[in-house]
Amino acid sequence: MVSFACEEQDAALTAAWVEIHSENFLCDGGPRLAMLDAVAARYPMSCHGVGLSLGSAEGLDHAHVARLKRLFDRVKPRLVSEHLSWSVTGGVYLNDLLPLPYTESALAVVCKNVDTAQQAFGRRILLENPSGYLRFSDSTMSEPEFLGRLVERTGCGLLLDVNNVYVGAINNDFDPMEYLHSIPAAAVGEIHLAGHTQIGADGTRVLVDTHGTRISGPVWDLYAGVIHRMGARPTLIEWDQDIPEIGVLLREAAAAQRLLDGAGRSVAHVG
Amino acid sequence: MSARTSPGLSEIQQRFRDAVLSADNTALTSMVGAPGNAPGAIAARIAVYRATVQGSLIEVLAATFPVVKRVVGDSFFKGLAGRFIIAAPPAVPQLSAYGADFADFIAREDVGHRLPYLADTARLEWARNESYFAADTEPFNPSNLAVLSPDAMARVVLRLHPATRLVASDFPIYRIWETNQPQVIDVPQINMRLGQAALVSRKGYQVITRALTPPDAAFVAAVAAGKNLREAADVALKGDAAFGLQAALQAHFINGIFQN
Repeated sequence: MVSFACEEQDAALTAAWVEIHSENFLCDGGPRLAMLDAVAARYPMSCHGVGLSLGSAEGLDHAHVARLKRLFDRVKPRLVSEHLSWSVTGGVYLNDLLPLPYTESALAVVCKNVDTAQQAFGRRILLENPSGYLRFSDSTMSEPEFLGRLVERTGCGLLLDVNNVYVGAINNDFDPMEYLHSIPAAAVGEIHLAGHTQIGADGTRVLVDTHGTRISGPVWDLYAGVIHRMGARPTLIEWDQDIPEIGVLLREAAAAQRLLDGAGRSVAHVG
Repeated sequence: MSARTSPGLSEIQQRFRDAVLSADNTALTSMVGAPGNAPGAIAARIAVYRATVQGSLIEVLAATFPVVKRVVGDSFFKGLAGRFIIAAPPAVPQLSAYGADFADFIAREDVGHRLPYLADTARLEWARNESYFAADTEPFNPSNLAVLSPDAMARVVLRLHPATRLVASDFPIYRIWETNQPQVIDVPQINMRLGQAALVSRKGYQVITRALTPPDAAFVAAVAAGKNLREAADVALKGDAAFGLQAALQAHFINGIFQN
């Protein structure tokens, strides 16, 4: 992640905060943890998990919960976040953020798992809206409704990924503005921005959340609207494939910062 | 009550796993939809998830096993890694732990029979991966030995550092690894009949890989098995009367293979 480049080029960069993928640091020792300690000593940290699998029907892996707790004790992050998705079934870890049907029974599973995690960590976590490529025929509610009820029942917060909202809107044919107006604004504790890539054409066109290009115009427009309505939120630009020269990243961060400054707080960062 | 029984979440997740770990969408297609339902639309969507699951794990293995990848070539490696992922998907979400069984898998594959050194090459690369992520602890300080009488020194039992791994092979495993580093353009002829042991350790935060002479490898293996210095040196001397304990120890201390 670019966060590490920040540490090496710190003369040129003033990072407001640094976000890590929690699962990249669940090792016993070595250079990676040493670098993490050095970064965490200097910057406010955010731990963004990708492997807790809060949507798993089989419940959480308690050993994994304990590993994450040890990491949080070490890093003392300001923010801890995960995803509204699943990646573990039958003890197999699939290394992707897989979609959930938006049903009452899935809501009950996610609420129980979020409760378990928040209790174990002794803190509130933020849940990120996923990038959607499919919808389940059995779903009985929209994604914002599902997220709203999850927030209501567990007290968790939200990590709003504006690119994921746009990607999902195009792929699954919903109105992104309506989505953004439906989620509980007060629960949003962080925002992600990223670029996407189109694959296929016509009937098989899919927008994929690749984190490998500049943020698209429509996503900037949605973000500006969100910031205008909700006020500033810590904002991270995800770019972890085909990483460009640092100047390109800094210009993206500066564009986000200008919008945040308009809302009165200085919190944009490239991660 | 509805006439159709919907699969529960657990069933949905099992079907999803089966689909992304195969090329077969059948169990999933009845449960999901895509706008317009154009022919191929649902398959294209499932393919996005499949590509991420398999592609990301292939990348993890490629990063951990670059020499195996270089020896068999990019496209063959993709197929090999892909078959491994389906046979043995990760059991934990920290991918630093994924690939421990790759060497054994290679040994069972056709390519493992055609290239009999390939499984040990993977073992060496896995040892390097384990070393990189192993726990931090102070390396043994050799000045601790300087104060001992020769007799007391002979009875010292050294412990390997958590980042130290010994990989012994019937093939010239270090030579194969060394000559398949990215900067080596012309791989020289290697005498495949010479067995070799490689020692991996962490010097500061750098993973070091060295070839050991047969008596030195026997010495390190004996220390790892809990023998004291005299017993371990005797094992080495039995293999080669010319074994020099002092020189061997000095190289091991420099490379931090023991802990305090």
